[in-house]
Amino acid sequence: MKDKHSVSRLVVEKVSHNYGSVSVLNNLNLSVIQGEVVVLVGPSGCGKTTILNLLSGHIEPISGSIQREGIIRTVYQHDGLFPWLTVSENISMGLRSVNDAAQREHELRELLELIHMEDFADHYPHQLSGGMRQRTELARVLAGDSDILLMDEPFSALDYQARLRMRRELVRLLEKRPRTVVFVTHDIEEAAQLADRVLVLSKRPATICRELHIKAQRPRGLTDPAVIEAMTEILKELGLNTPD
Amino acid sequence: MIKSNTFKFLLPIIVLFGAIVLWYVISYLNLFPAYAFPSPGAVFNSFQEELLAGRLINDIIASLWRVAIGFVVAAVLGIPIGLWMGQSLLARQAFVPMLNFFRFLSPLAWIPFAILWFHIGDKPAVFLIFMATFFPLVLATMVAVASIPSIYFRVAQDYNYKGIELLTKVTFPAVLPQVITALRVSYGIAWVVIVAAEMVGCQDGLGYGIWEARNGLRLDSAVCYMIVIGLLGMGIDRLLSQLTKLSGVRWGYER
Repeated sequence: MKDKHSVSRLVVEKVSHNYGSVSVLNNLNLSVIQGEVVVLVGPSGCGKTTILNLLSGHIEPISGSIQREGIIRTVYQHDGLFPWLTVSENISMGLRSVNDAAQREHELRELLELIHMEDFADHYPHQLSGGMRQRTELARVLAGDSDILLMDEPFSALDYQARLRMRRELVRLLEKRPRTVVFVTHDIEEAAQLADRVLVLSKRPATICRELHIKAQRPRGLTDPAVIEAMTEILKELGLNTPD
Repeated sequence: MIKSNTFKFLLPIIVLFGAIVLWYVISYLNLFPAYAFPSPGAVFNSFQEELLAGRLINDIIASLWRVAIGFVVAAVLGIPIGLWMGQSLLARQAFVPMLNFFRFLSPLAWIPFAILWFHIGDKPAVFLIFMATFFPLVLATMVAVASIPSIYFRVAQDYNYKGIELLTKVTFPAVLPQVITALRVSYGIAWVVIVAAEMVGCQDGLGYGIWEARNGLRLDSAVCYMIVIGLLGMGIDRLLSQLTKLSGVRWGYER
C-alpha cells in the first residue's frame, strides 16, 4: 500500500511542438491536480500520444515548459509487458524500489489479488488474453511508489466487452490506490465514464478546444444521465452530433 | 490423433528404409563399379573396422573438440560485440560493411593463412571454425538488438533500468530467442566447415578421415564417416534446440 503523502504535480505551460515542418501542438496549457483523472479526447493523429510523450519526458518540447513532480509511469496500448518475464516478475518491476524482500512479496500478493490473477502469477504474457495483460500492466504501474499514471489508449486493443470491463476495473483499482491519471483516448464513452475532467482536442496542431468537468460519482454506467450528457457535449464539440 | 502421431513417427523411418533399399538395389545391380559406389554391407564392415581400430572415436572427439572451442570463442566474443553494435548507431555505421565483407568471404579462403599462421594440429581448424561463425553471430545479434521494439526501452526507463542492468535485464533477454536461433544456424556452418578444415592441416578428425579414405580409395570408409558426420550434426542441433524450450524464451517462438 502506498501511504506516503507525496506531492504529484503536472503542469504544462505554453507548450508547442512540431515534427519537422508539421506542427503538432500549439500553445498547450494544462495543469493536473493531484488525484485527478484527466482524459484527453481528440481525433486520431491530433497529437494525443505526443502530449503523453512530452508529459513522460520521452521527448522535450520545442518551446514552453513542463513541470513534473512525482514518479510517472505509462500504460501502453499493448506489448508493454516484458514477454520474457512472468506476470509476477512483470508486476515486481514496479516494486524495485521496495528494499525489504518480505514487504515486496507481500505487495506482490496483494496486487495479484487486486487484479484477480493469483492463478496466473507464473504465466507469461503470451499465454494470457489481452484483458489479462492490461490488468497486469495496471498492477505494475500501481505497484510501489508511483504517483502519476499516463495511459496511452490502454484498452483500445481489446474487444468492446473487455473494454467495458476494464474501465470498471480501472475505477475499482483507482479507488483502492488513488493516483493522478492522464488518460488519452479516442473513445468518447471511455472519457465520459472515467474522467473528472475531459479535455477535447482540436485537429492538428492540437489545442484544447473544450474543457468539461464531470462531477458524477464513479463507477458510472454507460447510460447514466451524466455520462450521456457528457458524451453529447463531446460529440458536439467534435462535430459528430448530427442526427442525419 | 494417436494414429496420426504414430504415422508422423513412422514416416521418416519408412523414407530412411526406402533409401537404404534403393542403395542396396543399385549396388546389387552393379550399375557403378564397386570401388566408386560402396554397398551398404561394405560400409557396415568398414564401420566395424574403424570402430575396433579406435580411429573413428578418436576422430569424432577431435572434431567435436575443435568445433566446440572455435564455436564457443566465437559466441563469447561475438554476442557481446553484437549487443554493443546493436546499441550504437556509430558502431554499426563503422563496422557493418566490413563485417558483411567477411561474412560473405568463405571461411575456406582462410585455409592458406590458417596453415601458415598455425601450422598443423587443432589450431588451424579452430581458427577456421571461429572465422566461419564469428561474423554471422555478431551480425545476427546486432540485428536482433537494433530491432528490439522501442517500447521495451521506454518501459525500462519508467522502471529505472540503467547501464549494465539495462543490458542484462532488458536488452539481452529481448534478443535471446534470436540469439539462440543464430547459435543453431552458425553451429550448422561450423559443422560443415570442420570437414573441409580437417582435410588440410590435420592428422585426425572426421574431415581428415574422409580425406584418408579418398587417398586409399576406400569410399566405403568415406561413406561411414559421412554418416557419422550427418548424425552427429543432427544430434547436436537437437541438443541446441532444447534451448528454445526454456521458459524465458518461449515467447520468441510462439507469436
